[in-house]
Amino acid sequence: MSKLTLNGVTFTSQPNETVLDTLLRENIQIPNGCRQGICQSCLMRSVDVPPPVSAQVGLNQTQQKQNYFHACVCYPEQDMMLALLESEQTIFITARVIQKQLLTVDIVRVIVECDTNLTFFAGQFVNLLRDDGLTRSYSIANRPQADNRLEFHIRRLPNGQFSNWVHDELVVGSTLTLSEPKGSCHYLSGSEAQPLLLIGTGSGLAPLCGIISDALEQSHSGDIHLFHGSRHHEGLYLVDEMRELAIKHANFYYTPCLSGDNVIADTVQGRAHDVALSTIENLKGWRVYLCGHPDMVNHSKRLAYLKGASIKDIYADAFHVISPDTK
Amino acid sequence: MSEVQETTAAASLFDQLGGAAAVEAAVDIFYRKVLEDYRINRFFDHSDMEAQAAKQKAFLTMAFGGPNNYTGKDMREAHAKFVKMGLNDSHFDAVMEHLIATLVELSVPPALIAQVDALAESTRTDILGK
Repeated sequence: MSKLTLNGVTFTSQPNETVLDTLLRENIQIPNGCRQGICQSCLMRSVDVPPPVSAQVGLNQTQQKQNYFHACVCYPEQDMMLALLESEQTIFITARVIQKQLLTVDIVRVIVECDTNLTFFAGQFVNLLRDDGLTRSYSIANRPQADNRLEFHIRRLPNGQFSNWVHDELVVGSTLTLSEPKGSCHYLSGSEAQPLLLIGTGSGLAPLCGIISDALEQSHSGDIHLFHGSRHHEGLYLVDEMRELAIKHANFYYTPCLSGDNVIADTVQGRAHDVALSTIENLKGWRVYLCGHPDMVNHSKRLAYLKGASIKDIYADAFHVISPDTK
Repeated sequence: MSEVQETTAAASLFDQLGGAAAVEAAVDIFYRKVLEDYRINRFFDHSDMEAQAAKQKAFLTMAFGGPNNYTGKDMREAHAKFVKMGLNDSHFDAVMEHLIATLVELSVPPALIAQVDALAESTRTDILGK
């Protein structure tokens, strides 16, 4: 039971309650989205004491030093004085849908054009907002160019309020509101010779596509290995594009993996991360990108580290599913 | 006499070891050894790796004599559930073994290793809830 003070008012947290839970229970309006410490919608700052380390995972070092934390995963360990981020720090962008195309049975490619100049790194994510405020995070699948366009690969989830809306109702010409791009899972220029390992499952290919095209565009000279996994071959997409890229660039290797029983020609049987991590003997000096199912991401993080990759060289983007009962 | 000694020994242990950069280098080696050790890795199995690495970093910073807000009470509370799982001296010894091996690997002089050893050792009773 800790005391949380916000704007001079003190609230008492109940056992096993996050800071976000406490504030919402007290009817304080706090923007929130994923409730899993990822989307940064509920980011706030502790003015007096350092927040629990576990509530700062995924934030950059500057934010960590400034005591920023995710309210949705912060179980207070002591009394805290809280500050909300000033509203002007949250920048919203309006964008118009200019293309919608089905990539697999349940993944749709949505390309939007923003009405303002956009600075982002390929592989970052934005929060997409529906008019009623429903918010979800999606990775950007393209690299920045002058056209202010963003590409997303959106998978339809059973009972997914947002994804079903995108699939069924969003049309070319519709407008969407976007947060500014966030996240540190992106290509870093400056170490062009470093080998890259990218593992993605399902629509986890999206940020990896962006990172790969950015790396190749910036003449990355180290090897780039992409392992994309799905259960069935219908779930693999952009296969031809990736194969073409591999023919064009001698340092780019593409391995589509199928974890189900039905294996088709030119794919490898097995889960993408199992295949990847058994193919590559030693990851010392590598940079590793992991995107997709949270279990795959967490498991691979550990294995990549044990295979020699440095913690600071492992970038991850876990695609959490928001359960229908969380609003 | 003590005054003179204090001025000549102005460079702290933390500075002599190389400060935050040394912690950064050490945590990568140290935590890998811990996770690879079948005697103790079950205590780390279900934890988020980044959050864990951050905790190891805090621990190493303390053991390196650096700025920290480590308290015995926090240590006790954080490890209480592991003590229930059977955490004991043999596990603490294993962690100490990896800490020393890490420092040897980083070519830290024996005199400094001895100081780190003593600082880390001082957390034993709190971690094991004695």
